[in-house]
Amino acid sequence: MQTAIIIPAILNGVLMGAVYALVALGLTLIYGVLHIINFAHGALLTAALFAVYFCFRTLGIDPYVAVLGLAPLFFLLGYALQRFVIGPAAHGEDSNILLVTLGIAVVIENALLYVFRADTRTIDVPYGFSVIEFGGTFLSVPRVVGFFAAFAVAGLLWAILALTDTGKAIRAVAKEKRGAELSGIDVAHIYAMTFGLGTACLAVAACLLMPSYYVNPHVGNAFVLVAFTIVVLGGMGSVPGALIGGLFAGVVESLCGFYLGESLGQIGIFLMFILVLLFRPTGLLGARA
Amino acid sequence: MKAPGYLSVVAVVAALALVPFVTSSNVILNFLVIALLIALVGQGWNVLGGYGGQYSFGHAAFFGTGAYTTAVLQVQYGINAWPGFAIGIAAGALVGAVIGFLSFRSGLKGSYFALVTLAFAEVLRIVASVAPITGAGVGTLIRLDVRFEAFQFQSRAIFYWIILALVALSLVIVRMIENSRFGARLVAVRENEDAARALGVDVMATKLGAMTISAAITAAGGCFYAQYYLFLDAGIAYGPWISVEALLAPIIGGVGTIYGPLLGALVVKTLGEAAKHVTGTAPGLDLIIYGAVLVLVVGFAPRGVAGLLERLWPRRSRAPARAEEGKSRD
Repeated sequence: MQTAIIIPAILNGVLMGAVYALVALGLTLIYGVLHIINFAHGALLTAALFAVYFCFRTLGIDPYVAVLGLAPLFFLLGYALQRFVIGPAAHGEDSNILLVTLGIAVVIENALLYVFRADTRTIDVPYGFSVIEFGGTFLSVPRVVGFFAAFAVAGLLWAILALTDTGKAIRAVAKEKRGAELSGIDVAHIYAMTFGLGTACLAVAACLLMPSYYVNPHVGNAFVLVAFTIVVLGGMGSVPGALIGGLFAGVVESLCGFYLGESLGQIGIFLMFILVLLFRPTGLLGARA
Repeated sequence: MKAPGYLSVVAVVAALALVPFVTSSNVILNFLVIALLIALVGQGWNVLGGYGGQYSFGHAAFFGTGAYTTAVLQVQYGINAWPGFAIGIAAGALVGAVIGFLSFRSGLKGSYFALVTLAFAEVLRIVASVAPITGAGVGTLIRLDVRFEAFQFQSRAIFYWIILALVALSLVIVRMIENSRFGARLVAVRENEDAARALGVDVMATKLGAMTISAAITAAGGCFYAQYYLFLDAGIAYGPWISVEALLAPIIGGVGTIYGPLLGALVVKTLGEAAKHVTGTAPGLDLIIYGAVLVLVVGFAPRGVAGLLERLWPRRSRAPARAEEGKSRD
């Protein structure tokens, strides 16, 4: 009897975890290369969700189609933010980067609040509530799509990093910044490219999330700590770590929500986050520093 | 020079104390009360972040603990607000010591420290939003009881002087830290932890001491907030807004300087009010400006308003040296 309830909870957790993983992929990529904690990540996700909302409501574009336009758009936004705001303002100091990205987050979040007000909004796509049966459990179709798309995006990201020249340059900068600079790589450009890729991941996540989720100006906050948790859990900068960590976080949230009540679901994630930071800051998969 | 630097504290506080004699406008007093509250909370952040170099993103944990302790003791246990205020500060300091002990023991610094403090604050926020003792989602309302004994006052001026007294106390504490060996050790830890340790500084004890003082000062702000507004919910007490304001004021004013938080709070709140007057009561606009100012200050004026002022009017002790420098160049 018990397992009949728990299995759906775990499966739903896995599906939500895939979206978390997508959000965390962008964050871990930025961390892995720039070695910075991007506090604006949640606010950028909120902006992406609003962009999806706007595309659907005003232009009538389906979220799954909108991804084709929004991913490049957010790539450019991320590129510009790093190249023209974060890079110059931070003077290369970690604490400054924290503050600058926090400032950007505050600006974006409140600009959205100013324009869209605090209302929570949803879009109603025809497939929003459709379900498929899997092993006796009914799963939301948009979430299942999100699950597979998360793996596709992770694969794509891997391919970009492994096979393209830009990807090679990104890996070189991540490993040895000074050496990369000496061999003629434009580090500022590569930093911005990485930030752009990470932001584009958010646009994809937003398109996959919106059909079964909602948006308000503060929605990104719920994701930002979860994404940090996943990044820390999976080992800072590790793409497979982010995927596994994301799925794990989704299951933890779902089970905590199941046992402790819906509103306490995220507390499990945060407690896990604190415990990992305190006792194993290199992550569950990361090598010991 | 028995007590270096206290004269300016007395002068600043005395000047501010005269404001209610100049104006009785509740709008102005209310504005100043809020600015001073942020200055107090920011001064707490400044002790740890400015002097100790440990950037916390979760000072809401201390603010909220102070606020909730004062409020819950009154509402649930009928304990008078004055001892409640003191217990609130102690509770905030305790939370600071515990979080500090756990984080510093694990060697968390920089971004990791910022993240873990944020996570602690969020856990407290979620717990407060469901725990029955805090009134859960409905919040906690302190009964209106305008008597001195209940820490409630008819006149805004009294509240103003109380928050000013707390700010004055925080300024004295910071001055004492600046003049003490503890302060020297704290700055040494900020500048280079390993070097400080090699010189025999107990890094853990120093950071922990700073965190406890920092949490206590910020918790005092929370206690005052509860008495001033008489209402709390989880989003107010433990919400990210107060963590942001706590670091905004010192960073904009001048991080690691005694008057930085006060200057920063006044500048930030003036900007926010000005924005509201220009565009009406649009939600979020003041925060857009705060965020933009934060980015600009970090980018162009890393020593904040205090640094800018110093550039305009160099300190007298340094002025002759610079004047001579100028002459020799002529």
